[in-house]
Order: sequence, then structure tokens, then C-alpha cells
Amino acid sequence: MIKKRLNVRMSGLGGQGAVTAAHVLAMAANRDGKFSISNPFFGAEKRMAPAESYCRIGIERIYDRGELVFPDVIQVFHPQVITMGKSYTMPFYSGVKEGGLVIINSDQPLLSEEDVQRLKDLNVALFYIAGTELAIEVAGTELSTNMSMLGSVAGITKCVSMESLDLALQERFGKKFVASGGTASLDEAIKKKFAKKEMLLAKNLATVKAAYDIASAWAEKNQYELRVGNPAMAA
Amino acid sequence: MADTHSVIGTKNKKGQTFTDTWEMMNNAPRTPSFFTGSEVIKEALRRASCDVMIAYPITPQSEAAALIGELFAEGYIGDYFRGESEFAVMSQCAGAAFGGARVFTTTAGPGTMRAMENFPMWSGARLPIQMIVTCRGINSPLSIQPDTLEIAYLLNTGMLVWHAETAQDFFDWILKGYMVSEEPDVHLPLALCCDGFFVTHTKDVVNLTPADMCLPPYDPYRSPVPCMDMECPPVRMMRDPFVMKSNYISYATHASWQQEVWAAVERSRKHTIKWINGLIETENADAEVLIVASGTAVSQGREAIRLLEDEGIRCGLVKIKSLRPWPGEEIREATKNAKHIIVPEFNVTGWLAKEIKATIPNSERVNAGPHVCGGMTMPPEIIVSEIKTLLGMRTMSLAGRGS
Repeated sequence: MIKKRLNVRMSGLGGQGAVTAAHVLAMAANRDGKFSISNPFFGAEKRMAPAESYCRIGIERIYDRGELVFPDVIQVFHPQVITMGKSYTMPFYSGVKEGGLVIINSDQPLLSEEDVQRLKDLNVALFYIAGTELAIEVAGTELSTNMSMLGSVAGITKCVSMESLDLALQERFGKKFVASGGTASLDEAIKKKFAKKEMLLAKNLATVKAAYDIASAWAEKNQYELRVGNPAMAA
Repeated sequence: MADTHSVIGTKNKKGQTFTDTWEMMNNAPRTPSFFTGSEVIKEALRRASCDVMIAYPITPQSEAAALIGELFAEGYIGDYFRGESEFAVMSQCAGAAFGGARVFTTTAGPGTMRAMENFPMWSGARLPIQMIVTCRGINSPLSIQPDTLEIAYLLNTGMLVWHAETAQDFFDWILKGYMVSEEPDVHLPLALCCDGFFVTHTKDVVNLTPADMCLPPYDPYRSPVPCMDMECPPVRMMRDPFVMKSNYISYATHASWQQEVWAAVERSRKHTIKWINGLIETENADAEVLIVASGTAVSQGREAIRLLEDEGIRCGLVKIKSLRPWPGEEIREATKNAKHIIVPEFNVTGWLAKEIKATIPNSERVNAGPHVCGGMTMPPEIIVSEIKTLLGMRTMSLAGRGS
């Protein structure tokens, strides 16, 4: 399916980087020459509390703001979104559009038979990825779980290119620090930080790429297609 | 004759060139940047030649206030500090403005309400302070999410009140706002409002003016009144307070001054029209169905119009940019052919619909709503559904969240 607009809802828990993931995805789409906006929604800012963010990508200017009530893609960053109902909605997939996609970060199936059937009725594809395990394996930290999630949505929908994701990550995390004091000791500290930052960037990118490849292979195998583009031109 | 006192073309201590504001806003090259609304507020302030910014944390403006603190650390703001509360902040803003500074502050929701006493004081004292209001819920139970109810309370303070739709509006209007506020025949504070989160926390493309250009500094000698420093006429507030004299002269003085403040709001009309290109913006205003809105409701309206187009329903749009001064004449003209006027709002009372009803003939054409409040999002689909119901068309029931 090719759509003028791809609406991605990311449901996670505070501290997992769902907000960052949506920002990076939107930044990458912007670099690819598409229209995009991202915004977060959360209550009290605390760890493990429900947090959601939204990324809208399209081929024409996007005005829509706020919560994504009718998403094409839902990404679940943490099993507790489902198992403990740490979601802004019950069930977590309410509002999902027909032909949409649900991506769940879990190493085992989490949905009840009834939920699976309801998604099937809506022709919604279901993709599990062990994103946290992948992050620990590739980046050496579970903090890179959001990178697995970024890679998986990009791998299946190709809504952003790997090149743009790379550049967006650099923009987000690699920003040069502008020293206003200019003392020698401060400069030293920055240099040390920057060496670390480069490593962090490389490992995060590797995590995105690993998830991208897994998701891409899954989409190919299952012949699932959900793209952003001009449906009229495609037809 | 050349103005030998002009600073235009000279540089400030950060190496920025003081630039004619009209030139900077309309003719200087623009760079597209992908920023959150909070970052955009910071970038506007970088170019605003602001003397004093006073901050107090309250979501969703805290990020912007903290980012302006960074600007201060970089040397772009004259002075910056945190007040003890919003009430203190707004009082301190008054002090700084009395002292001849260009003043900036940001607030939201309960903060706006707490500081309310200061706003009519600002306009009464003719202080051209600019205050960003990133609207959020104000009632109990607590909400940090967008809700525009607080704007209703600002409408009768004598402040200028504008309602930004996007971060681009914000960037341009912060800088242009000072030009309107600081005109000698206006010289009033400006409440520049937006819907919190939808603008402040959303990343969007914004076209920025060059960072090495900045506004000419504020000239306090353009104030239409002498500094009301408690001693100087026309208002010797401490030595000859009106409040101590219950007589006709004191009432008349006060009454005429209130009239003068509102006359100044009226006089801002011509400057506002010039700087932000009209108090309203219209699209297909000849359509029989018209969405009239301000802030984020305009954006949601634009999306609804696209959905309606797909179904062959033509719908026009009126974006209200300035609420004070109120674009009464413009709205009467824009809505003269409309059979249905839909006013979507992010608040429970529908204050905008009430203002519009009081402005136009045959006000039964106004449909107040859809309304969302307390932080809810307004999906374009519910605007579409409201319009189709008005037109007597069948609508699908919307399977939303919680369904």
C-alpha cells in the first residue's frame, strides 16, 4: 500500500527514548526531502511511566498536531505497554488503520488470541523484534533500544533512508559544543567527550542498521508493503 | 536628513548587525531549519536585542525559558534570572520595563493565572513587555496538556493578544511583535499565545533570518508617557494616589486612562495589519461552509478541509491571528457569504465562538465546536464529522481511542 501520509505512533515508557526516536525519524524524513513533524505526549516526566511520541511523514505539508488517534504504524517500545496496560489507550492498538502495522519490542509473543484476531480482521501486520536484546548485543547497552525501533520501522516501510538516519543521528548527538569560556581545561574535557560521542554514534548507527536489515528481510518474506508516496503516480 | 543617532548598520558586542526590522523580516535571506517550537523561541530571542528575560519553570514553557538562559550565557541577552513565582516574575518584568529595558518572559496555564494581577497593570502603565503564553490546562484536576482557556482571561487586560498557529508564526511574530508594541501610539504589552506542546514540542521546518542580524534596540524615549516612577505626573501613584481620593476627578482620571489604554489597542490595528499582514488570513472564503479558528485549531481545520475535498465538499478557512485588536470588520467581510460557520476550539467554554457571534449578523450561522479540552487532541476527522452532520450528511461513527 502506498499512502500520501504515514502516521507512526510510538508507545514506550519514560526513559526509553521514544521521544528521541520520533524526533530522529522526523529529522531523517526531512533530510530525504519529505514533509515531516514529530511531537511527544507525556504526563509527569518519570521513568517507566507511559510516554508516547508521534511522527508524521508525508508528501505534502503536514498541519495535523497532537496525539495520533488513527495511526498507520504502532511501535511498542516495552512489553509493559501491553502486559501492564502502560498505554494511553486500551487496547494499545485502538485506532490503528486498516492495512497498518504493529511493531512490538519483545523476544516472545505477547498478544492474546483475541487481539491477534482483531488485528487480522483489520488486515494489520504484526512484527516482533527483540529490540532490547539487539541493542545490548550490538551497542552494549539497553539504552539503544530506541535505535532498534527506529531501524525496524525504517526497514519495513522505507519511510526514511539509512543515509538520512545516519545524518539525523549525527545532528542529534554529535553537535559540536561551542565553548564560550575557552579555557584550556574545558577544551580538554570536550575533546574527551567527543571521542566517546563518536563511538556512541557508531554503535547506535550499527544498532539501527542491524534492526533495519532484520525488518527489511521480514517485510520481503511476508510481502508486506506500506510506503509513503503519491498513490496516483504509483497507480 | 540622515539620522546621526541611528545604530542601524553598526554591530553589537556579539558582532550582530543592527538591521532595519522591515528589511530583516521581509528581504533578508531565510534558512530552513528543523526545530522544536522552544528552540525557535530561542532563535527569535537571539535576534531580538532583548535587555532582560525573567524566567520561572512551568510546563510547557520551561524548555524555552531554559534555552534562553543558554542564550544569556552566550552573551545575547542583557540580563536573565529566575523569579520566585510567576507573580514575582511579572512584577519584576514591570520593574525592568519601567527602567527602560526591552523585556521578555514566558509562562503557561496556572502561571498565567497566578500572575494575572500584573497584566492590566502592565497595560495601564504602558509597558511594551512581550510575554509568550504556551497554553495548557488551568483547572483542577491537574493537566499539563494544551487547553486554550487561559487566553479568554487575557482578552480584557488591555494587552495585545495574538494567537500563533505554528513555530514559524512564533519566530516572525516575536520579532515583529516588539515593533507593534513599542510604537509610541501603542506602547502596550503583547501576549503572544500558542497551544502548548502542539507548537513548543513539535519539530517542524521554520525559515530563520540570518543569525548575524538583530533588531534595533528599544528606545525608551519613544514611550508616550513619562516614566511612572511613583513621583512623576501624570500618575503620581504613591504621593497622590487616586485611590485615596474618592472624588469625581479621581474617577474621571481613571476612567479616561482606561479609555486611553483601549484606544491604544485600537491604534495598534494599523501597525499589526502592516507587520503580520492582516489580522486574519483567508482561504476560499466564498465557500458556503467556513472554518473560523485560531492557533492549532487552524492547523486541524486545514487537515479537515483536505479530507472534505476528497469527498467533494468545499470548505473555506479563516485564520484569526490577532485577538486584540479584534478583527471584527475583517470577520464580518470574510463570513458574509457563509451559511455555516464552524468554530473548532481547544477549550470547554468556546470563547472564540462567543466573540464571533457577537461580531457578525445572523449569528445562528455559528456552530460552536467541535470542542476538545483538558489536553485532548482534535483529530481532523471530528471536524469533518461535525460539518457533515451540519450539512445533513451521514457520518461514520468514529472508532477512536478506548474503542
